[in-house]
Amino acid sequence: MGEALRPGRWLLYAVLIGFAGFTLLPLVVVLLNSFRTAVEITRTSVIGWPAGLAWQNWTTAWSGYCIAQRCEGIQPYMVNSFLLVIPATILSTALGAIAGYSISLWRFRGDNIVFAIVVMGVFLPEQMKLIPWALVLRDLGLSNTISALVLIHTVQGMSFTTLFCRNYYIGIPPDLLKAAKVDGAGYFRTFWRIILPISPPIIIVTVIWQFTGIWNEFLYGVTFTTGAQQPVTAALIAIATTPATDLVEYGIQSAAVILAALPTLLVYFLGGRYFLRGLTAGAIK
Amino acid sequence: MRRRLADFLPLLVIWLPLLINVAHVVGFTAWTTWLSFTSSDLLPEYDWAGLRSYNAVLRSENTVVAYINLVLYGVGFVGLTTLAGFVLAVLIDQRIRAENLLRTIYLYPLAVSFVVTGTAWSWLFNPAQGIQKFVRSLGWADFRFDWIIDRDLAIWTIVIAAVWHGTGFAMALFLAGLRSIDPDLHKAAQIDGAGPARYYLRIAAPTIWPVAISVLVILLQFAIKTFDLVRAMTGGGPGIATTLPAVVVYDFMFQRAQLGRGSAAAVLLLLSLVAVLLPYYLYAHWRARRERAAHG
Repeated sequence: MGEALRPGRWLLYAVLIGFAGFTLLPLVVVLLNSFRTAVEITRTSVIGWPAGLAWQNWTTAWSGYCIAQRCEGIQPYMVNSFLLVIPATILSTALGAIAGYSISLWRFRGDNIVFAIVVMGVFLPEQMKLIPWALVLRDLGLSNTISALVLIHTVQGMSFTTLFCRNYYIGIPPDLLKAAKVDGAGYFRTFWRIILPISPPIIIVTVIWQFTGIWNEFLYGVTFTTGAQQPVTAALIAIATTPATDLVEYGIQSAAVILAALPTLLVYFLGGRYFLRGLTAGAIK
Repeated sequence: MRRRLADFLPLLVIWLPLLINVAHVVGFTAWTTWLSFTSSDLLPEYDWAGLRSYNAVLRSENTVVAYINLVLYGVGFVGLTTLAGFVLAVLIDQRIRAENLLRTIYLYPLAVSFVVTGTAWSWLFNPAQGIQKFVRSLGWADFRFDWIIDRDLAIWTIVIAAVWHGTGFAMALFLAGLRSIDPDLHKAAQIDGAGPARYYLRIAAPTIWPVAISVLVILLQFAIKTFDLVRAMTGGGPGIATTLPAVVVYDFMFQRAQLGRGSAAAVLLLLSLVAVLLPYYLYAHWRARRERAAHG
């Protein structure tokens, strides 16, 4: 094929590189702006090379910028997001692995229906769950807490994690389990001794998927928390809609945007292979 | 009795979380649907008001604009993303240099939240600070790119940002599909003297069309659910020019505190989703059955 295309090969690279430019544009623009002063950006435009390195944008964005009358920067909201994403990711992955194992390898009456509902949970819009969650959280006394978001993301996340793990475990040869049963291993021992040791690939995929999804989630965060309890996505919206005084602090806001995007970008660049696998596992089914 | 409890506890550990998940999917859907038939306002009421909320929602201008926007945005976003994803996948499949680098670049938007995506693109689209001002500063004094403040064109800025976010995903799935084609088919086509255009249109495309359908459905269901991107980019404006069904639900529920109407709008959102997913499910079911039949 390569031979036949050779005359048009420059065009091929032009298209590929052109689209790469389009993809990189927002990242590059925001990154450059994070080193430019607000005065500089307002005088020219958001697209431009930094005249100097305005490092103070980063320190202000991190711990000094005023977001909704609190002048502590983005740091407390980043902390909130970590307090939310770490337990929710661990819990939803662990519970999903057990549930996926139960559904795929311990057949029971109605397991197909249970699995169908799990899949429905993946597609169900969050909007269908907002009012019930609000009422349940109020009754549990969890209104406006990070624990509430952990609970929501654990329960909802199980739809994804169970689906992923079930699709992985369903490929395990039944003979392996029969052997375990002959040896007298029960539910937990089989899980511990046979299933868990072969699970790292799917566990990594699931953890990456959950971490990215929960970190980036916005609707629940903005609906169920206010002020100091909000995760970073909700705080970012508050930054961008902070009443514009005479000067919009694009430089500081750009640094805040990068900081908020950094955890999931790092996960992507470090675990890219697994990231992609999660996508295809979720999609081609 | 103690033995009973010892038997019972592990079962609880195993099944309770799954039970809660299943109950929340079914129960919350039923709960919201129920509320949509009540006269709930600021607080939930459990009476019967028939289709009153649905009438109000369907008559509201926001809903009409949102669904017209959804059609424009859905067609624009899904069409462009699928097309760009397929073209990129075919180009990457040409044994190019730096494949890994390019793939990494195309896919990174997927790791970025819609809040970040929308914020960054809203700066670029802002005529007073973004691309328009930049191009003008280069000397093209009457260059105009002010779609984001134009009622008729603003929805297309959302389309561009969403295409930016989703193309890598479509590319990755198409590329996986192309790579899964039997290499012998490729060789046979070459021996027959089929050029690359012929190979991709006549041999590759028919083989990977199930992938294409998956891509279309996933993008479409995502389009129906789009909320964060609009909130971050335009807040639904100018006016209500870029509002979408998911935004309308939120407005009814939490801006106007009309829980009954918000629930009705949410049920309508779910129905549009079902309209997309049900045919796909039936198709997938049909295909699986046909494959089973084919393999005996």
